[in-house]
Amino acid sequence: MNWSLFFGELVSGLTLGSIYALIALGYTMVYGILKLLNFAHGDVYMVGAFIGFFVLQWLGGALSPAVNGWIAVAIMFAVAMVGCGALGVGIERFAYRPLRNAPRIAPLISALGVSIFLQNSALLLWGPQFRSYDTFDLIGVKSYSIGNNFFISNIQILTICVSIGLTIVLALVVSRTRTGKAMRATSFDRDAAEMMGISIDRVISFTFFLGSALAAAGGVMFGLVFGQIFSLMGFTAGLKGFTAAVVGGIGSIPGAVLGGFLIGLTEAFATGYLPGGSVYANLYVFALLIVMFLIRPTGLLGSPVIQKV
Amino acid sequence: MSSLGGGPPLDEGDLPVAIPEPVDVTDKSRVGTDEWVSQAEERRLARTGVSGAIATTWDRLPAAVRLVILIGPFAIFPFITNEGNLYRYGLITIIYALLALGLNVVVGFAGLLDLGYVAFFGFGAYLYGIMASGHSGHHLQAEIAIPIVVVSTALLGLLLGLTSWRLLGDYLAIVTLFFLQAFVIFVNNANGGLNDFSYPFVGKVDLTGGANGLDQIDPFNLFGYHITTTKGYYYFTLISLTLLMIMLYFVNASRTGRAWRALREDPLAAEVMSVPVNRLKLLAFMFGAATAGFTGSIFGAVQSGAFPGDYDVGLLITIYAIVILGGLGSIGGVVIGALVVNGAPELLRSSTNARFLFYGVLVVALFVAMRPWYKPVVVLLGTIAFGYAVHAIASAVWSRGTEAHIQGGGRLGRALEHWVLLPSHAGSIAGWAYFALIVAALVLTLVTGWWRAIVLIPTLYLASFVWENKLVEQVSGATRLILLGVLLVVIMNVRPSGIFGTSRVEIV
Repeated sequence: MNWSLFFGELVSGLTLGSIYALIALGYTMVYGILKLLNFAHGDVYMVGAFIGFFVLQWLGGALSPAVNGWIAVAIMFAVAMVGCGALGVGIERFAYRPLRNAPRIAPLISALGVSIFLQNSALLLWGPQFRSYDTFDLIGVKSYSIGNNFFISNIQILTICVSIGLTIVLALVVSRTRTGKAMRATSFDRDAAEMMGISIDRVISFTFFLGSALAAAGGVMFGLVFGQIFSLMGFTAGLKGFTAAVVGGIGSIPGAVLGGFLIGLTEAFATGYLPGGSVYANLYVFALLIVMFLIRPTGLLGSPVIQKV
Repeated sequence: MSSLGGGPPLDEGDLPVAIPEPVDVTDKSRVGTDEWVSQAEERRLARTGVSGAIATTWDRLPAAVRLVILIGPFAIFPFITNEGNLYRYGLITIIYALLALGLNVVVGFAGLLDLGYVAFFGFGAYLYGIMASGHSGHHLQAEIAIPIVVVSTALLGLLLGLTSWRLLGDYLAIVTLFFLQAFVIFVNNANGGLNDFSYPFVGKVDLTGGANGLDQIDPFNLFGYHITTTKGYYYFTLISLTLLMIMLYFVNASRTGRAWRALREDPLAAEVMSVPVNRLKLLAFMFGAATAGFTGSIFGAVQSGAFPGDYDVGLLITIYAIVILGGLGSIGGVVIGALVVNGAPELLRSSTNARFLFYGVLVVALFVAMRPWYKPVVVLLGTIAFGYAVHAIASAVWSRGTEAHIQGGGRLGRALEHWVLLPSHAGSIAGWAYFALIVAALVLTLVTGWWRAIVLIPTLYLASFVWENKLVEQVSGATRLILLGVLLVVIMNVRPSGIFGTSRVEIV
């Protein structure tokens, strides 16, 4: 067995997976509370990557940043997360909130409209070309090895750690804080929560803020790991993020992370091992989604849906 | 209702009894809450003004007359136009209308959000191309190839629809969207190249021609009669459209149609009423898929090729915009939707036309949306004055701000040069202005009354600034899709059932 290929795909799968996990968290939280599939989420992720890029430009570019490279990265994360959080809140306020009691198909189509709007606005403003983060120049990429076959770079370690760290923070927010309790109550029964004096609008806005901020973090990470960002990157990433959320069990936070890693690993190993994998990796991910739906429609960690009348 | 009014005349000796005052229904302040609620349905159905009169007359016409009115202009269109216009405005509109009719069955009748619809369209084109083209080397006759296409697309729809058995509505949306993505990836790569699959028994096969597309597709050869001209295809699609509309009219009125509507309104209640929910979902899916496949084979033959870029999310959004504009579940509305959605961007292709259309739509929208009549007049005059003021100030203090010129644009363009700011190298300024325009438009939805009119003035000016400096560059690309995206959001917010659709009563 070719261990170097195996470990290579493992590490790249985990890296990809941690990005998908961050996107999946946003889907899962919004779906948990509103039962709404936020199509625009993938595009929020793309906007996050671009905000990171422009912050880097504003700091003087990757070659001569005004501050230390790592501090620059931290600023990029912070600005992108806050900016996209605000974007998410805005999208909810103007495109979804007026439709909260409309027939179910209406907010979905509205979400589709927002997605196409964001995507093409990016195309209009920033063009179709690839932009480079130039991570090599910014923080210097080091590769560490264990034995002869296992290699991992500092960026990959950073990505996986940041992703897991953010997930833990999110889990703590949801399980330990008052707002988190309000979020859980809202997702359990919106009307009852409102009668208990919880401000539903504020809780939903906060959920969108958290979810979009996590997607932005994912976008910046993508830029750092793969170097290149482009205005149409949100579509596929959004699909995979949603797939991850569904595979893990929609509405469940650990499920989203598990699903994210599973999708990332599937994609990486399909690329390395399956026939036609280098171009058809996404087809295999799709196949995984279909199989998952047929075997366990509620996902790995999801609870069965009970329809109430 | 007369009992509400009078009551028996009172004798002098009677005790004073409280006699209910006659209720004047037009006076809303005196109508009780109960009456107000009970008349909700009447108010909803009451249509006022000119559009109301037209709508009422339209509804009274027999269905056959309505069909003739809708299709008739299409039938005489080839006699008054040239080949190019017939293709762009005529044929493509009808193809869009066919696609939208099929989608209307899935989304409008059955309420399933199918985002992989365009994949069936592409599948039809490619399958016809594989059976009849110089690329594949087979030359099947159309009367054999088309039924094969229709049946296999329906089967593919059945397969994809099977996942909907176990899926709630939203999951279906994402599965089908992923299906579309998978289809695009597949046709882009299935050229028998280095990275392609090696199929069992046959090995590597060039199925789709990869990114270059499948070329040299045969024109239709129907029972020995070759359709070669645009006019021929035009009438072929027009007849198909008419037949499909008639068919859908009867399906809509049938048992199946009613069951679909029940399914759309409330799947759970429908199931309790022993409507075979799953079978109906599959049926709708297959019907939509077959329609798309059929249209795809026409499109492939018309283009004499099938290219991966034609079957992507852009087309999906276009078809959705048509269905929603036409009204979910409305058959005739779809044709009007197709005319608007295909016609408007085609007009947008020349920037002079696009400019007229843009300002025209802005002014008309202003007058439609704002009441009473003098408000839009004030806003319009205010905007014009505001623009000249800004232009005068800018030309004094910011020389770069008025340097650029409008390309072409005729008289309107030249007039605008003295009104709207046109900075040279507008790149990043226009970007920020675009951002500001979005914010301003959102603020506009939050304020009311005269404040809205006041905010509207700089917003309109900003809109024309962004249009002239940024949007006009990519009129047929990104701008078109941006406008369609905004259209979807706005229509969903204002009228969730589409413009020509009947609004529904939500029963809680």
